Order: sequence, then C-alpha cells, then structure tokens
Amino acid sequence: MSQAKPPYFRKLSRYYLWYTACFALFLVALALLEQEGMPRLWIGYIFMFATIALYATIGVIARTSNVTEYYVAGRRVPALFNGMATAADWISAASFISLAGGLYLYGFDSLAYIMGWTGGYVLVALLIAPYLRKFAQYTIPDFLAARYGGGAGGRGGPVRALAVGATIVVSFTYVVAQIYAVGLICSRFTGVDFSVGIFLGLASILVCSFLGGMRGITWTQVAQYIILLVAFLIPTIWLSAKHADNPIPQVAYGSLLPKLAAREEQLAKDPREEQVRAEFRRRAEEYGARIAALPASWEAGKLEAQRALAEVRARNASLGEVRQAERDLNTYPGSADEARARWRDARDANLARARPPEPHATPFPGATEAESDKRRNNFMAVVFCLMFGTAALPHILMRAYTTPSVNETRVSVFWTLFFILLIYLTIPALAVLAKYDIYTSLVGSDYSALPTWISYWANVDKIAPLIKVADINGDGVVQLAELVIDADVLVLATPEIGGLPYVISGLVAAGGLAAALSTADGLLLAISNALSHDVYYKMVDPGASTQKRVTISKLLLLAVAFIAAYAASQRPADILSLVGAAFSLAGSTLFPVLVLGVFWKRANHTGAIAGMVTGLMVCLWYMLRASPTLGGSLDASWLGIQPLAAGVFGVPAGLLATVIGSLLSAPPSQASMGMADYIRAPEQEG
Amino acid sequence: MPTETDHARLLAARAAHWEHTRRMTAVLLVLWLTTCFGTIFFARELSHLSIFGWPLSFYMAAQGASLVSLAVIAFYGWRMRVLDRRHRAMLQNTQEDA
Repeated sequence: MSQAKPPYFRKLSRYYLWYTACFALFLVALALLEQEGMPRLWIGYIFMFATIALYATIGVIARTSNVTEYYVAGRRVPALFNGMATAADWISAASFISLAGGLYLYGFDSLAYIMGWTGGYVLVALLIAPYLRKFAQYTIPDFLAARYGGGAGGRGGPVRALAVGATIVVSFTYVVAQIYAVGLICSRFTGVDFSVGIFLGLASILVCSFLGGMRGITWTQVAQYIILLVAFLIPTIWLSAKHADNPIPQVAYGSLLPKLAAREEQLAKDPREEQVRAEFRRRAEEYGARIAALPASWEAGKLEAQRALAEVRARNASLGEVRQAERDLNTYPGSADEARARWRDARDANLARARPPEPHATPFPGATEAESDKRRNNFMAVVFCLMFGTAALPHILMRAYTTPSVNETRVSVFWTLFFILLIYLTIPALAVLAKYDIYTSLVGSDYSALPTWISYWANVDKIAPLIKVADINGDGVVQLAELVIDADVLVLATPEIGGLPYVISGLVAAGGLAAALSTADGLLLAISNALSHDVYYKMVDPGASTQKRVTISKLLLLAVAFIAAYAASQRPADILSLVGAAFSLAGSTLFPVLVLGVFWKRANHTGAIAGMVTGLMVCLWYMLRASPTLGGSLDASWLGIQPLAAGVFGVPAGLLATVIGSLLSAPPSQASMGMADYIRAPEQEG
Repeated sequence: MPTETDHARLLAARAAHWEHTRRMTAVLLVLWLTTCFGTIFFARELSHLSIFGWPLSFYMAAQGASLVSLAVIAFYGWRMRVLDRRHRAMLQNTQEDA
C-alpha cells in the first residue's frame, strides 16, 4: 500500500539520529569550553562557521545533475522528512527572530500571524497539494499551463508567463528579506561587516542549492530544522521551568497569564510610570505646537541652531560640544515640509510612548467600539491574507512534487504543519514568559544594577539601537515606559534574559541563521526553476538536452542569488516593508487559478488570464492607494483595512474575474478537461 | 480485455469518488473556517470564558485554531486513504466479475 521504501526511510532516520547526537555533543563540548573561559566572540564564530560548513557538506554529498533529482529530489522523499524540510523552508527569519518580539510588543494582535501562517496549510492540504502531486511535473507554472492551455499551439504560453512573473515577484521580495536577515545575524554575532555576513551566508546557500538542487536543499533543510527546533526550545523551556515550574512552555504559560495581567494593571496605575508618560506627552505637545506654528517655527529653529553653533565656537567650547552643535545644524530639516513630516513622526513616537501598556491577552482593546471593531477587522484581514498567501507560495507548493505518491503528499502536509506547530505554539509562550520576566525583574530595578545583556544589545547596532533605556524622570529606577525593545532582539536576547550561558545565545543565533538560510534556499530554487524550466526549456528552447537544462538552471541560480544579495546589501527598507505584501500578491494572483483549475472544470484559458491579471491589479492598486510608504494614504483605505492585507480584496476579485472570464468565452479544450479529470482520478500513477 | 462497460464502470467509480472527495473537502473547509474566523469575530465576547487557565479567545488564537487545522488535515489524509483504497478494491472486484 504505502510506497515509501522502508529500508530507505530507516537509513535516513539513522543518519539524522546520528546527526542529532553529534550536534548535542558539539553543544556540550562548547559549553565546557565556555566554562574553561573561551571568549564570547569565539563561540559566535564557531557556531557560524560550523553550521555553514555543515550545510555546505550536505550540499556536496547530495550533489546531482539528474533532472528529476535536481528539480524534485527524485520524488522519493518520505512524508516525514518532506514535512520537516518544508517546515524549515517555511519558518523564515521573520517567524524565528521577529514573531515572538512582535507578540511581546503588540500582544493579541500579533496572534494573527500565528493563526494565518498555520491555518493556510489546510488550504494547501485540501485544495492544492495532492492534485499537484498527481500531476507530477516540476513547477507551479507547469501545472497552470497544462491545465489552462491556450496561447500558441495550446501550450499555455501566456498563462505560464504570468505565473512565472508572479513566482518571481513574490519569491524575490521574500528572498531579499532572508538574505538581509543572514547579514544581520552574522554581523551581530561575529562582528563582521554586514555585507561580509551576507556573502558568507550566500556561500552556504549556493554550495548546497547549486550542487544539489532540490535534493541538496531537502536534506540540508532537515538538518536545519533540527537545529532551529533545538535552538528555539531550549531557552523557552528554561524560562518556563523558571517562572511556571513546568518545563513544557506550551502548557505552562497559561498559569502565567493572570499574573502578567495583574502586573500590567499595576504598572498602568503606578505613579512613577505615569510621571514618565506625562513627560512623553509633554514632548509630543511640544512637537505639536511646532507643527502648528510652521513655517515660522522652522525658521526660528534654524536660527536657533545657527546661533547655538556660533555661541559654542565663540566661547571656545570643547571639540565634542562643537561637533554636537554642528551635527544639530546639519541634521536640521532642510525645509518646512520636511520639518512637518519629521516632527509629525517624532510627535507620534512620543505619543505612542505616552500610552499605558495594553493588556497582553485582551483582544482588540480600543477606546471606542468603532476603534475596537476596526482592529478586529484588520486582524481578520491579515489572517485571511496570510492563509491564502500560504496556499499560493511557489516554494512551498513545489514541495508537493517531491514525495513518492499522492497519499504521501497528504501525509507530508500533516507532518509539515506538525513540525511548524512545534515552533509556532512555543512562540506565544516565549513572548509571555519573556514579558513576565522583563516586567517583574527588570522593571523596578536600579539603573546602577542593569543586567549586562542590556548594554550589550544596546550597543550592537549603532544606527538603529535594538534596546533603548534612559532614566527619563531621573529617579534611578527602571520604569516600563523608559524601556524600548526592538521586536528583532527578543529571541536573540532570551537566553541572557533567562540567565543561560552564552553557548545558548550562539545556538539561538545559529537557529536564526538556519531559518533564514533554509527559506532562502527554497526561494532561490523556486525562482531559478521558474526561469530555467518554464522560461528557457518550455518557452525558448524546447529541444534542450537534460544536461543543458540542469546546467542552465544552476547558472541562473547563481545569477539570481547574486542579484538578491546585492539588493539585500543596499539595506532596502522599502523592500523589507513589502515582504508582508508578498502574501497578498501570491494569494491574489495564484490562489484563484490554482483552486478553480482543480475544482471547476469549466475554468478556461481566458478566465485564468483575467483572474491572474485582475487579482494582481486589485491588490497592487489597493496597496498604492492605501500605503503611505507607496505614496497613498490610510484615509483612502476601505473599512480601515491596512494596505498589507490587500489580498482580502484581491483574492475574491481574482476568483470572480476567473469565473466571469471563463463563462464569457468558449469552454476549455478537450485536453484541459482531460487533465482536470486526470488529476482528480484516484488511481495510483505508474 | 478492457470493454466498453469496464470503461463506463471506471468512470462511474471515479465520479463517485470525486463526489465523496468534494463533499468532504467542503464540510471540512466550512468547519475550519467557522472555528478560525468565528473565534476572531467573537473574540471579545469569548475572552470572558476560560480554558485551562487561558482566556478562551487568546487560547484559540494562540493554539486552538492551529490545532484544529492540524486535526482537519490529519482527518482528511486518513479519510482520503480509505476512500482511495475502497475505490481500488471496487475496481478490482469489477474486473474479477467480468
């Protein structure tokens, strides 16, 4: 019945058990070395280089130039391992590093990411993956072109081209963010330059996907998953045992929630907290007054800065003071308009810090019913986009092709979600545990006795400090309102917050690196396969030999990787903010045609093109209209839905356009109908 | 030797199998959508209830909905295997009869 080859499965299990044991030994050895006094920097170096070398080695062992091995790992990855590899593929730097921090900062609202990123797998499992496996080709555009046909000779050229475009746009924004994260982690933990960090990470990505293609990255991703699971669980289990007397964080943190709520209430009423918040309110009002008095206030401020500089120069003040005055003048807004924008940001930032902490577990707190409703609607919109986006991400769907049978694909989606949940159910626990620790032991402590991790992380990134703490009201005691923690630092600092040795910090960094590298691997392969298989082989040179196809694919992978690394090294803030948008774009463009292709035989070529174009356009148009960074304004949004969740309009629009377009044109060809019948038919292939 | 009736039987068996699959997919999707979006929509009302010490809405968003998703996928995988097996058994029987 089951097609998995038991000896193969047993062999793999044995390898990975050995691997895990060796990894445990490696950790113990490093812990002992740390006891003997090995410096922190060395531990960081050893973790980075050892793991990168490990991934490269797996890549070398799994090298291949066979087409099926290169594109779909020979279609013989057992469900369990495919699930593990897909989970590593899926857990990106954002979910490993930033999600717990997001939950720490925004409480209930951030749970939308947990719900959306896990729920989407239901759509993958029920609507798409088994049918893709039955189809048994190589890429997502392959499937759409075969199902919808059309174009020259009925080969589905236009549909394929659109699908390739969508795959590239979605995967590229995503991969840039991963490579960016690789650079950040490397530079923070080893002190190397950001760009050097990027190219170090790139080297390991390349060795593994360049040599081994899908086969190489699958086995590397399984290894990476084991590292990131261990890295995430150890500190959380530690914190959980410390604060809740129960080493299973997913179960334990429930008992901590009421205690946290009580502490939050206490802090919200604390008079010294109120003192700090009043100071921020005062600063915000000051900025407000200056904005109201524009442009006169801008000129006055400029004169004041010039006067201050002249004054320090005249009285022969110290070099530091002169420099400071010069800097103040140089960074002073260049025009009244610029001043308006900058002061508005400053006012909003101060206002945000003037607000009392929001209760962590309360859904949609808001001053009014309407405000609360708006938050609820946005929560639902985000969940919707993440779910439907998940079900249309090419690098995840591509994985459906790699299992030995349709049944194994279904089982593998189960394992995927299972392995994702091992981490995702721990993330909210970590956020609550860390929050409780910070609220009870850091807040209220003395400035003279700040823990070392604060000063360490405050100094790591000079441009955008990860932790800021300053005694605003001058009472020598840390208040919650005086503390700013960046979402990215919480997971990285957790081992130190909990008082664990530095080895565990290195392990967590290695976990973050594994998360970023594994996702980048999958994405790069998705892009280069779309280019080499769909564009080159299917559209440019259908007569190419298999050897040539694989070679072209490897060269394209190299090119795409370098372009992505170059883009990431430019620190593109605007691309990073668009990563969330990738989900909306993927959902709006690909989801309708994928699902209707399976479940509605009447869907045809015209409908597919109409659906993809409309979905994409609606999604883009809404983002441009409602996103302040893209030149729109939130006032133009519908129902107050944020621009990142544009998919909530794009997906239905795409579905509707596919249906209308199909009904207005002739029924699909015999070949398309036959293909729809074939992918539904339950008989085993081959 | 495959005959006209064999082919008709195959098509009928496939149609029955597809009908089953489609119905089950629809039921599971509705179940899953209502748990996910229902708990968000009524999150404020549900937060007064509690489950194992968590406020119910927080628990559902942090763990419950994801576990429901996992259960839906597990049930689907298991049922589909049963349906596929039944389909193959039926085809074999009709071949032996013929």
